[in-house]
Amino acid sequence: MAFLSTLFSQVINGLQSGSIYALVALGYSMVYGIIMLLNFAHGDIIMVGAYVVWMSTANFGFHPIVSILLAVVVSTTLGVVIEKVAYAPLRSSPRLSLLITAIGISFLLENGFQLIFGAGAKVVPDFLTGPSVHLGSATISFSAIVTIVVTVLMMAGLTFLVQKTKLGKAMRAVSEDMGAAQLMGINLNTTISFTFAMGSALAGVASVLYLSSYGQASPTMGSMLGLKAFVAAVLGGIGSLPGAMLGGFVIGMAEALVSAAGLSVWKDGVVFAILIIVLLVKPTGLMGKPMTEKV
Amino acid sequence: MLKVDNINVYYGNIHAVKGITFEVRQGEIVTLIGANGAGKSTILNTISGQLRSKTGSIRFLDETISTLQPHKVLARGLSQVPEGRRVFLQMTVEENLEMGGYTRSAAENAASISDVYSRFPRLAERRRQVAGTLSGGEQQMLAMGRALMAKPRLMMLDEPSMGLAPLLVEQIFDIVKELHAAGTTILLVEQNAQMALSIADRAYVLETGRIVMEGEAAALLEDDKVRSAYLGE
Repeated sequence: MAFLSTLFSQVINGLQSGSIYALVALGYSMVYGIIMLLNFAHGDIIMVGAYVVWMSTANFGFHPIVSILLAVVVSTTLGVVIEKVAYAPLRSSPRLSLLITAIGISFLLENGFQLIFGAGAKVVPDFLTGPSVHLGSATISFSAIVTIVVTVLMMAGLTFLVQKTKLGKAMRAVSEDMGAAQLMGINLNTTISFTFAMGSALAGVASVLYLSSYGQASPTMGSMLGLKAFVAAVLGGIGSLPGAMLGGFVIGMAEALVSAAGLSVWKDGVVFAILIIVLLVKPTGLMGKPMTEKV
Repeated sequence: MLKVDNINVYYGNIHAVKGITFEVRQGEIVTLIGANGAGKSTILNTISGQLRSKTGSIRFLDETISTLQPHKVLARGLSQVPEGRRVFLQMTVEENLEMGGYTRSAAENAASISDVYSRFPRLAERRRQVAGTLSGGEQQMLAMGRALMAKPRLMMLDEPSMGLAPLLVEQIFDIVKELHAAGTTILLVEQNAQMALSIADRAYVLETGRIVMEGEAAALLEDDKVRSAYLGE
Protein backbone atom coordinates (compact mmCIF):
# COMPACT_ATOMS: atom_id res chain seq x y z
CA MET A 1 0.00 0.00 0.00
CA ALA A 2 2.83 2.35 0.89
CA PHE A 3 4.34 1.67 -2.52
CA LEU A 4 1.06 2.45 -4.27
CA SER A 5 0.58 5.71 -2.46
CA THR A 6 4.18 6.73 -3.27
CA LEU A 7 3.55 5.84 -6.87
CA PHE A 8 0.32 7.82 -6.86
CA SER A 9 1.92 10.92 -5.43
CA GLN A 10 4.78 10.61 -7.92
CA VAL A 11 2.24 10.42 -10.75
CA ILE A 12 0.67 13.63 -9.45
CA ASN A 13 4.15 15.18 -9.22
CA GLY A 14 4.78 14.07 -12.78
CA LEU A 15 1.56 15.64 -13.98
CA GLN A 16 2.38 18.82 -12.12
CA SER A 17 5.89 19.29 -13.48
CA GLY A 18 4.73 17.91 -16.83
CA SER A 19 2.12 20.66 -16.97
CA ILE A 20 4.82 23.29 -16.61
CA TYR A 21 7.03 21.62 -19.24
CA ALA A 22 4.04 21.40 -21.56
CA LEU A 23 3.21 25.11 -21.24
CA VAL A 24 6.82 26.04 -21.94
CA ALA A 25 7.12 23.50 -24.77
CA LEU A 26 4.07 25.05 -26.44
CA GLY A 27 5.94 28.35 -26.66
CA TYR A 28 8.95 26.64 -28.25
CA SER A 29 6.80 24.80 -30.73
CA MET A 30 4.66 27.78 -31.74
CA VAL A 31 7.69 29.94 -32.43
CA TYR A 32 9.49 27.17 -34.27
CA GLY A 33 6.39 26.47 -36.33
CA ILE A 34 6.16 30.03 -37.51
CA ILE A 35 9.73 31.26 -38.02
CA MET A 36 11.77 28.03 -37.72
CA LEU A 37 13.65 29.40 -34.72
CA LEU A 38 14.59 27.42 -31.63
CA ASN A 39 14.03 30.31 -29.28
CA PHE A 40 16.52 29.51 -26.56
CA ALA A 41 15.62 32.73 -24.76
CA HIS A 42 12.16 31.27 -24.08
CA GLY A 43 13.17 29.66 -20.77
CA ASP A 44 14.55 32.96 -19.53
CA ILE A 45 11.20 34.62 -20.02
CA ILE A 46 9.95 32.30 -17.28
CA MET A 47 12.80 33.48 -15.08
CA VAL A 48 11.77 37.10 -15.66
CA GLY A 49 8.15 36.22 -14.89
CA ALA A 50 9.26 34.59 -11.65
CA TYR A 51 11.21 37.70 -10.63
CA VAL A 52 8.14 39.81 -11.30
CA VAL A 53 6.13 37.62 -8.92
CA TRP A 54 8.89 37.81 -6.33
CA MET A 55 9.17 41.62 -6.61
CA SER A 56 5.48 42.22 -6.45
CA THR A 57 4.68 39.81 -3.61
CA ALA A 58 7.80 39.93 -1.42
CA ASN A 59 8.80 43.57 -2.03
CA PHE A 60 5.62 45.44 -2.77
CA GLY A 61 3.17 43.15 -1.01
CA PHE A 62 0.72 43.08 -3.91
CA HIS A 63 -2.23 40.74 -3.86
CA PRO A 64 -1.30 37.37 -5.47
CA ILE A 65 -3.78 37.91 -8.30
CA VAL A 66 -2.15 41.25 -9.12
CA SER A 67 1.33 39.73 -9.14
CA ILE A 68 0.18 36.84 -11.31
CA LEU A 69 -1.34 39.24 -13.82
CA LEU A 70 1.79 41.39 -13.74
CA ALA A 71 3.98 38.34 -14.40
CA VAL A 72 1.90 37.37 -17.43
CA VAL A 73 1.80 40.92 -18.79
CA VAL A 74 5.54 41.47 -18.36
CA SER A 75 6.42 38.08 -19.90
CA THR A 76 4.14 38.70 -22.87
CA THR A 77 5.54 42.16 -23.47
CA LEU A 78 9.10 40.93 -23.11
CA GLY A 79 8.55 38.15 -25.66
CA VAL A 80 7.07 40.57 -28.19
CA VAL A 81 9.82 43.14 -27.62
CA ILE A 82 12.57 40.52 -28.01
CA GLU A 83 11.05 39.45 -31.31
CA LYS A 84 10.76 43.01 -32.59
CA VAL A 85 14.21 44.13 -31.50
CA ALA A 86 16.33 41.02 -31.96
CA TYR A 87 14.63 38.60 -34.38
CA ALA A 88 12.58 40.70 -36.80
CA PRO A 89 15.62 42.48 -38.32
CA LEU A 90 17.07 39.03 -39.10
CA ARG A 91 14.03 37.68 -40.90
CA SER A 92 15.82 37.21 -44.20
CA SER A 93 19.14 36.16 -42.62
CA PRO A 94 20.32 32.55 -42.35
CA ARG A 95 18.62 30.61 -39.59
CA LEU A 96 21.92 30.15 -37.79
CA SER A 97 22.20 33.93 -37.18
CA LEU A 98 18.76 33.84 -35.62
CA LEU A 99 19.69 30.90 -33.39
CA ILE A 100 22.89 32.58 -32.22
CA THR A 101 20.92 35.75 -31.47
CA ALA A 102 18.46 33.75 -29.37
CA ILE A 103 21.33 32.28 -27.35
CA GLY A 104 22.74 35.79 -26.96
CA ILE A 105 19.42 37.10 -25.63
CA SER A 106 19.32 34.20 -23.20
CA PHE A 107 22.80 35.07 -21.86
CA LEU A 108 21.87 38.74 -21.71
CA LEU A 109 18.78 38.06 -19.58
CA GLU A 110 20.51 35.57 -17.26
CA ASN A 111 23.58 37.71 -16.66
CA GLY A 112 21.62 40.95 -16.58
CA PHE A 113 19.40 39.61 -13.81
CA GLN A 114 22.42 38.23 -11.99
CA LEU A 115 24.00 41.68 -12.14
CA ILE A 116 20.90 43.43 -10.86
CA PHE A 117 19.57 40.98 -8.29
CA GLY A 118 22.62 38.85 -7.47
CA ALA A 119 23.22 35.16 -8.14
CA GLY A 120 21.38 33.88 -5.09
CA ALA A 121 17.86 32.52 -5.17
CA LYS A 122 15.00 34.76 -4.08
CA VAL A 123 12.43 33.08 -1.89
CA VAL A 124 8.88 33.79 -2.92
CA PRO A 125 6.39 33.52 -0.07
CA ASP A 126 3.51 31.10 -0.60
CA PHE A 127 1.04 32.95 -2.67
CA LEU A 128 -1.17 30.16 -3.96
CA THR A 129 -2.60 28.66 -0.81
CA GLY A 130 -5.70 26.57 -0.43
CA PRO A 131 -6.99 23.21 0.75
CA SER A 132 -5.27 20.03 -0.40
CA VAL A 133 -7.22 16.95 -1.33
CA HIS A 134 -6.80 13.66 0.52
CA LEU A 135 -7.38 10.41 -1.29
CA GLY A 136 -6.88 7.56 1.16
CA SER A 137 -3.32 7.88 2.38
CA ALA A 138 -2.23 10.07 -0.53
CA THR A 139 -2.45 13.84 -0.63
CA ILE A 140 -2.78 16.09 -3.64
CA SER A 141 -1.49 19.54 -2.88
CA PHE A 142 -3.44 22.66 -3.76
CA SER A 143 -0.66 23.84 -6.06
CA ALA A 144 -0.75 20.54 -7.97
CA ILE A 145 -4.48 20.87 -8.50
CA VAL A 146 -4.18 24.48 -9.62
CA THR A 147 -1.26 23.69 -11.92
CA ILE A 148 -2.95 20.80 -13.67
CA VAL A 149 -6.32 22.54 -13.99
CA VAL A 150 -4.83 25.82 -15.24
CA THR A 151 -2.67 23.96 -17.75
CA VAL A 152 -5.60 21.99 -19.14
CA LEU A 153 -7.63 25.21 -19.44
CA MET A 154 -4.74 26.98 -21.18
CA MET A 155 -4.37 24.12 -23.63
CA ALA A 156 -8.07 24.11 -24.42
CA GLY A 157 -8.02 27.86 -24.90
CA LEU A 158 -4.96 27.74 -27.13
CA THR A 159 -6.41 24.94 -29.23
CA PHE A 160 -9.59 26.92 -29.74
CA LEU A 161 -7.61 30.02 -30.63
CA VAL A 162 -5.41 28.27 -33.17
CA GLN A 163 -8.18 26.22 -34.76
CA LYS A 164 -11.11 28.61 -34.79
CA THR A 165 -10.09 32.25 -34.67
CA LYS A 166 -8.99 34.40 -37.57
CA LEU A 167 -5.56 35.15 -36.09
CA GLY A 168 -5.07 31.50 -35.18
CA LYS A 169 -5.81 30.42 -38.72
CA ALA A 170 -3.44 33.10 -39.98
CA MET A 171 -0.77 31.62 -37.71
CA ARG A 172 -1.30 28.19 -39.24
CA ALA A 173 -1.21 29.67 -42.73
CA VAL A 174 2.04 31.54 -42.05
CA SER A 175 3.65 28.49 -40.51
CA GLU A 176 2.74 26.39 -43.52
CA ASP A 177 3.71 28.83 -46.28
CA MET A 178 4.85 32.31 -45.34
CA GLY A 179 4.92 33.59 -48.93
CA ALA A 180 1.45 32.37 -49.82
CA ALA A 181 0.11 33.73 -46.52
CA GLN A 182 1.40 37.19 -47.45
CA LEU A 183 -0.37 36.95 -50.78
CA MET A 184 -3.62 36.41 -48.85
CA GLY A 185 -3.14 39.81 -47.23
CA ILE A 186 -1.95 38.39 -43.92
CA ASN A 187 0.35 40.82 -42.17
CA LEU A 188 3.44 38.80 -41.26
CA ASN A 189 4.68 41.16 -38.55
CA THR A 190 1.36 41.14 -36.72
CA THR A 191 1.00 37.39 -36.95
CA ILE A 192 4.54 36.70 -35.75
CA SER A 193 4.16 39.19 -32.88
CA PHE A 194 0.90 37.51 -31.94
CA THR A 195 2.62 34.11 -31.88
CA PHE A 196 5.37 35.41 -29.61
CA ALA A 197 2.76 37.05 -27.39
CA MET A 198 0.86 33.78 -27.00
CA GLY A 199 4.00 31.72 -26.35
CA SER A 200 5.33 34.23 -23.84
CA ALA A 201 2.00 34.55 -22.06
CA LEU A 202 2.05 30.78 -21.55
CA ALA A 203 5.61 31.14 -20.23
CA GLY A 204 4.34 33.79 -17.80
CA VAL A 205 1.67 31.40 -16.57
CA ALA A 206 4.30 28.67 -16.32
CA SER A 207 6.48 30.92 -14.15
CA VAL A 208 3.62 31.41 -11.70
CA LEU A 209 2.89 27.69 -11.60
CA TYR A 210 6.58 26.91 -11.17
CA LEU A 211 6.80 29.23 -8.18
CA SER A 212 3.71 27.69 -6.64
CA SER A 213 5.61 24.43 -6.25
CA TYR A 214 9.29 25.41 -6.01
CA GLY A 215 8.92 28.79 -4.31
CA GLN A 216 12.14 30.43 -5.46
CA ALA A 217 13.48 32.45 -8.35
CA SER A 218 17.09 32.56 -9.54
CA PRO A 219 18.74 34.03 -12.66
CA THR A 220 19.53 30.61 -14.15
CA MET A 221 16.25 28.86 -13.28
CA GLY A 222 15.03 29.27 -16.86
CA SER A 223 17.87 27.46 -18.55
CA MET A 224 17.30 23.92 -17.26
CA LEU A 225 13.52 24.33 -17.34
CA GLY A 226 13.78 25.69 -20.88
CA LEU A 227 16.04 22.88 -22.02
CA LYS A 228 13.73 20.21 -20.66
CA ALA A 229 10.74 21.88 -22.25
CA PHE A 230 12.73 21.95 -25.47
CA VAL A 231 13.23 18.18 -25.14
CA ALA A 232 9.47 17.88 -24.59
CA ALA A 233 8.79 19.87 -27.75
CA VAL A 234 11.19 17.73 -29.79
CA LEU A 235 9.74 14.54 -28.30
CA GLY A 236 6.23 15.61 -29.28
CA GLY A 237 7.36 16.78 -32.72
CA ILE A 238 8.55 20.35 -32.87
CA GLY A 239 5.99 22.63 -34.50
CA SER A 240 3.10 20.41 -33.37
CA LEU A 241 1.01 21.88 -30.54
CA PRO A 242 -0.68 18.64 -29.42
CA GLY A 243 2.82 17.13 -29.59
CA ALA A 244 4.20 19.76 -27.24
CA MET A 245 1.41 19.07 -24.75
CA LEU A 246 2.00 15.32 -24.90
CA GLY A 247 5.78 15.72 -24.80
CA GLY A 248 5.56 17.91 -21.69
CA PHE A 249 3.52 15.37 -19.79
CA VAL A 250 5.73 12.46 -20.90
CA ILE A 251 8.88 14.26 -19.73
CA GLY A 252 7.30 15.22 -16.39
CA MET A 253 6.08 11.67 -15.87
CA ALA A 254 9.44 10.15 -16.82
CA GLU A 255 11.17 12.32 -14.24
CA ALA A 256 8.65 11.43 -11.56
CA LEU A 257 8.85 7.71 -12.23
CA VAL A 258 12.65 7.78 -12.17
CA SER A 259 12.39 9.50 -8.78
CA ALA A 260 9.81 6.98 -7.62
CA ALA A 261 12.29 4.23 -8.44
CA GLY A 262 14.73 5.92 -6.07
CA LEU A 263 17.01 7.17 -8.84
CA SER A 264 16.27 10.88 -8.57
CA VAL A 265 19.91 11.81 -9.22
CA TRP A 266 19.39 10.33 -12.72
CA LYS A 267 16.37 12.53 -13.46
CA ASP A 268 18.08 15.01 -15.78
CA GLY A 269 20.09 12.25 -17.43
CA VAL A 270 16.91 10.38 -18.32
CA VAL A 271 15.37 13.48 -19.90
CA PHE A 272 18.35 14.05 -22.16
CA ALA A 273 18.61 10.33 -22.91
CA ILE A 274 15.03 10.65 -24.19
CA LEU A 275 16.19 13.48 -26.47
CA ILE A 276 19.01 11.36 -27.86
CA ILE A 277 16.72 8.39 -28.43
CA VAL A 278 14.10 10.54 -30.19
CA LEU A 279 16.71 12.09 -32.45
CA LEU A 280 18.09 8.66 -33.32
CA VAL A 281 14.85 6.76 -33.73
CA LYS A 282 12.16 9.26 -34.73
CA PRO A 283 13.56 12.74 -35.30
CA THR A 284 10.16 14.10 -36.29
CA GLY A 285 8.86 13.28 -32.80
CA LEU A 286 5.69 11.51 -31.72
CA MET A 287 3.21 13.77 -33.51
CA GLY A 288 5.40 15.72 -35.90
CA LYS A 289 4.93 15.53 -39.63
CA PRO A 290 7.88 14.50 -41.76
CA MET A 291 9.37 17.71 -43.03
CA THR A 292 10.65 18.43 -46.46
CA GLU A 293 12.99 21.35 -46.84
CA LYS A 294 11.26 24.19 -48.63
CA VAL A 295 12.95 25.14 -51.88
CA MET B 1 -4.67 50.09 -64.76
CA LEU B 2 -1.28 48.47 -64.03
CA LYS B 3 1.83 50.21 -65.31
CA VAL B 4 5.19 48.55 -64.87
CA ASP B 5 7.99 50.92 -65.77
CA ASN B 6 11.62 49.86 -66.21
CA ILE B 7 11.96 47.32 -63.42
CA ASN B 8 15.23 45.49 -62.76
CA VAL B 9 15.19 42.57 -60.34
CA TYR B 10 18.18 40.64 -59.06
CA TYR B 11 18.64 37.40 -57.12
CA GLY B 12 22.02 38.16 -55.56
CA ASN B 13 24.25 38.65 -58.60
CA ILE B 14 21.81 37.16 -61.06
CA HIS B 15 20.02 39.81 -63.10
CA ALA B 16 16.66 38.09 -63.60
CA VAL B 17 14.49 40.92 -64.95
CA LYS B 18 16.17 43.49 -67.16
CA GLY B 19 14.45 46.80 -67.68
CA ILE B 20 10.91 45.50 -68.21
CA THR B 21 8.16 47.97 -69.11
CA PHE B 22 4.58 46.96 -69.85
CA GLU B 23 1.01 47.75 -68.95
CA VAL B 24 -2.34 46.10 -68.37
CA ARG B 25 -5.45 48.12 -69.19
CA GLN B 26 -8.79 47.80 -67.44
CA GLY B 27 -10.80 44.88 -68.77
CA GLU B 28 -7.98 43.18 -70.65
CA ILE B 29 -6.46 39.74 -70.51
CA VAL B 30 -2.73 40.28 -70.93
CA THR B 31 -0.31 37.39 -71.03
CA LEU B 32 3.42 37.15 -70.48
CA ILE B 33 4.79 34.15 -72.33
CA GLY B 34 8.26 32.74 -72.53
CA ALA B 35 10.40 29.75 -71.64
CA ASN B 36 11.25 28.59 -68.16
CA GLY B 37 13.65 31.09 -66.57
CA ALA B 38 12.60 34.03 -68.74
CA GLY B 39 11.65 36.00 -65.61
CA LYS B 40 7.86 35.73 -65.82
CA SER B 41 7.23 34.66 -62.22
CA THR B 42 9.83 37.11 -60.99
CA ILE B 43 7.83 39.92 -62.58
CA LEU B 44 4.61 38.82 -60.87
CA ASN B 45 6.35 38.39 -57.52
CA THR B 46 7.74 41.90 -57.86
CA ILE B 47 4.34 43.37 -58.66
CA SER B 48 2.79 41.66 -55.63
CA GLY B 49 5.51 43.07 -53.38
CA GLN B 50 7.40 39.88 -52.56
CA LEU B 51 10.49 41.02 -54.47
CA ARG B 52 11.86 44.51 -54.97
CA SER B 53 13.01 46.19 -58.16
CA LYS B 54 16.20 48.22 -58.02
CA THR B 55 14.88 50.77 -60.49
CA GLY B 56 11.72 52.16 -61.99
CA SER B 57 8.22 51.99 -60.59
CA ILE B 58 5.05 49.95 -60.53
CA ARG B 59 1.77 51.85 -60.52
CA PHE B 60 -1.69 50.37 -59.99
CA LEU B 61 -4.81 52.51 -60.40
CA ASP B 62 -2.51 55.58 -60.57
CA GLU B 63 -0.82 54.86 -57.24
CA THR B 64 2.74 53.65 -56.73
CA ILE B 65 2.71 50.16 -55.23
CA SER B 66 6.36 49.20 -55.70
CA THR B 67 7.24 50.16 -52.13
CA LEU B 68 4.31 48.39 -50.48
CA GLN B 69 4.34 45.14 -48.52
CA PRO B 70 2.41 42.24 -50.11
CA HIS B 71 -0.61 42.57 -47.80
CA LYS B 72 -0.95 46.24 -48.75
CA VAL B 73 -0.75 45.45 -52.46
CA LEU B 74 -3.55 42.94 -52.06
CA ALA B 75 -5.63 45.48 -50.19
CA ARG B 76 -5.46 47.73 -53.30
CA GLY B 77 -7.27 45.05 -55.30
CA LEU B 78 -4.45 43.12 -56.90
CA SER B 79 -4.30 39.43 -56.10
CA GLN B 80 -1.95 36.70 -57.25
CA VAL B 81 -2.47 32.99 -57.75
CA PRO B 82 1.10 31.82 -57.21
CA GLU B 83 3.00 29.31 -59.28
CA GLY B 84 2.48 25.77 -58.03
CA ARG B 85 -0.87 26.85 -56.48
CA ARG B 86 0.58 27.04 -52.92
CA VAL B 87 -2.72 26.20 -51.23
CA PHE B 88 -2.42 25.54 -47.49
CA LEU B 89 -2.27 21.76 -47.61
CA GLN B 90 -2.93 21.19 -43.92
CA MET B 91 -5.95 23.48 -43.79
CA THR B 92 -9.43 22.63 -45.01
CA VAL B 93 -10.84 23.89 -48.29
CA GLU B 94 -13.07 26.32 -46.43
CA GLU B 95 -10.23 27.58 -44.25
CA ASN B 96 -8.17 28.18 -47.39
CA LEU B 97 -10.99 30.31 -48.77
CA GLU B 98 -11.27 32.17 -45.47
CA MET B 99 -7.56 32.97 -45.71
CA GLY B 100 -8.16 34.31 -49.20
CA GLY B 101 -10.65 36.75 -47.71
CA TYR B 102 -8.37 37.62 -44.82
CA THR B 103 -8.60 41.37 -45.42
CA ARG B 104 -12.39 41.32 -45.56
CA SER B 105 -15.12 40.99 -42.94
CA ALA B 106 -16.68 37.68 -41.95
CA ALA B 107 -20.02 38.72 -43.47
CA GLU B 108 -18.44 39.61 -46.83
CA ASN B 109 -16.56 36.32 -46.76
CA ALA B 110 -19.67 34.26 -46.13
CA ALA B 111 -21.18 35.68 -49.30
CA SER B 112 -17.97 35.25 -51.29
CA ILE B 113 -17.55 31.66 -50.13
CA SER B 114 -20.96 30.73 -51.49
CA ASP B 115 -20.07 32.49 -54.77
CA VAL B 116 -16.89 30.44 -55.01
CA TYR B 117 -18.80 27.25 -54.24
CA SER B 118 -21.34 27.93 -56.94
CA ARG B 119 -18.52 28.54 -59.43
CA PHE B 120 -16.57 25.48 -58.26
CA PRO B 121 -19.07 22.85 -57.06
CA ARG B 122 -16.21 20.39 -56.52
CA LEU B 123 -14.87 22.63 -53.78
CA ALA B 124 -18.24 22.72 -52.06
CA GLU B 125 -18.28 18.92 -51.95
CA ARG B 126 -14.85 18.95 -50.32
CA ARG B 127 -15.21 21.93 -48.04
CA ARG B 128 -14.27 20.05 -44.85
CA GLN B 129 -11.38 18.14 -46.41
CA VAL B 130 -7.83 19.34 -45.98
CA ALA B 131 -6.43 20.75 -49.21
CA GLY B 132 -3.62 18.19 -49.25
CA THR B 133 -6.15 15.53 -50.22
CA LEU B 134 -7.30 17.36 -53.37
CA SER B 135 -6.15 16.52 -56.88
CA GLY B 136 -3.96 18.96 -58.83
CA GLY B 137 -6.90 20.37 -60.77
CA GLU B 138 -8.97 20.81 -57.62
CA GLN B 139 -6.04 22.53 -55.92
CA GLN B 140 -5.79 24.93 -58.88
CA MET B 141 -9.51 25.67 -58.53
CA LEU B 142 -9.00 26.24 -54.83
CA ALA B 143 -6.07 28.57 -55.49
CA MET B 144 -8.20 30.57 -57.91
CA GLY B 145 -11.22 30.57 -55.62
CA ARG B 146 -8.99 31.68 -52.79
CA ALA B 147 -7.68 34.60 -54.85
CA LEU B 148 -11.25 35.55 -55.79
CA MET B 149 -12.17 35.86 -52.12
CA ALA B 150 -10.31 39.16 -52.00
CA LYS B 151 -12.59 40.50 -54.78
CA PRO B 152 -9.60 41.59 -56.88
CA ARG B 153 -9.76 44.26 -59.60
CA LEU B 154 -6.81 42.59 -61.27
CA MET B 155 -5.91 38.94 -60.87
CA MET B 156 -2.44 37.65 -61.68
CA LEU B 157 -2.26 33.97 -62.54
CA ASP B 158 1.11 32.25 -62.54
CA GLU B 159 1.21 29.09 -64.68
CA PRO B 160 -2.31 27.87 -63.89
CA SER B 161 -1.93 25.00 -66.35
CA MET B 162 1.24 23.61 -64.79
CA GLY B 163 1.13 19.87 -64.21
CA LEU B 164 -2.49 19.48 -65.28
CA ALA B 165 -3.97 17.06 -67.83
CA PRO B 166 -5.07 18.70 -71.13
CA LEU B 167 -8.75 18.41 -70.31
CA LEU B 168 -8.23 20.16 -66.99
CA VAL B 169 -6.14 22.83 -68.68
CA GLU B 170 -9.10 23.65 -70.94
CA GLN B 171 -11.37 23.77 -67.91
CA ILE B 172 -9.04 26.13 -66.05
CA PHE B 173 -8.80 28.43 -69.09
CA ASP B 174 -12.59 28.42 -69.42
CA ILE B 175 -12.77 29.59 -65.82
CA VAL B 176 -10.25 32.35 -66.56
CA LYS B 177 -12.47 33.49 -69.44
CA GLU B 178 -15.53 33.44 -67.20
CA LEU B 179 -13.77 35.51 -64.52
CA HIS B 180 -12.77 37.96 -67.20
CA ALA B 181 -16.30 38.13 -68.54
CA ALA B 182 -17.48 38.84 -64.99
CA GLY B 183 -15.30 41.97 -64.93
CA THR B 184 -11.91 40.94 -63.57
CA THR B 185 -8.84 42.15 -65.43
CA ILE B 186 -6.34 39.34 -65.90
CA LEU B 187 -2.55 39.18 -66.10
CA LEU B 188 -1.63 35.66 -67.10
CA VAL B 189 1.83 34.09 -67.07
CA GLU B 190 2.10 30.87 -69.05
CA GLN B 191 4.47 28.44 -70.66
CA ASN B 192 1.54 27.05 -72.60
CA ALA B 193 1.73 29.84 -75.16
CA GLN B 194 -0.92 28.39 -77.46
CA MET B 195 -3.58 28.41 -74.75
CA ALA B 196 -2.51 31.75 -73.33
CA LEU B 197 -2.50 33.53 -76.71
CA SER B 198 -5.84 32.04 -77.64
CA ILE B 199 -7.64 33.74 -74.74
CA ALA B 200 -5.55 36.93 -74.33
CA ASP B 201 -6.10 40.38 -75.84
CA ARG B 202 -2.44 41.32 -75.84
CA ALA B 203 0.81 39.54 -75.09
CA TYR B 204 4.44 40.20 -74.25
CA VAL B 205 7.09 37.64 -75.15
CA LEU B 206 9.97 37.33 -72.70
CA GLU B 207 13.43 35.93 -73.23
CA THR B 208 16.06 35.85 -70.45
CA GLY B 209 14.60 38.78 -68.58
CA ARG B 210 13.80 41.03 -71.56
CA ILE B 211 10.69 41.70 -73.59
CA VAL B 212 11.53 40.67 -77.13
CA MET B 213 8.12 41.06 -78.74
CA GLU B 214 4.74 42.49 -77.92
CA GLY B 215 1.42 42.97 -79.61
CA GLU B 216 -2.10 41.72 -80.16
CA ALA B 217 -2.36 38.11 -79.04
CA ALA B 218 -4.09 37.10 -82.28
CA ALA B 219 -1.28 38.60 -84.34
CA LEU B 220 1.42 36.90 -82.26
CA LEU B 221 -0.38 33.61 -82.66
CA GLU B 222 0.16 33.99 -86.43
CA ASP B 223 3.72 35.27 -86.15
CA ASP B 224 6.32 32.92 -87.62
CA LYS B 225 8.96 33.57 -84.98
CA VAL B 226 6.49 32.96 -82.17
CA ARG B 227 5.20 29.85 -83.85
CA SER B 228 8.65 28.37 -84.21
CA ALA B 229 9.95 29.35 -80.78
CA TYR B 230 6.91 28.80 -78.56
CA LEU B 231 4.33 26.79 -80.41
CA GLY B 232 6.71 24.09 -81.57
CA GLU B 233 6.17 24.53 -85.28
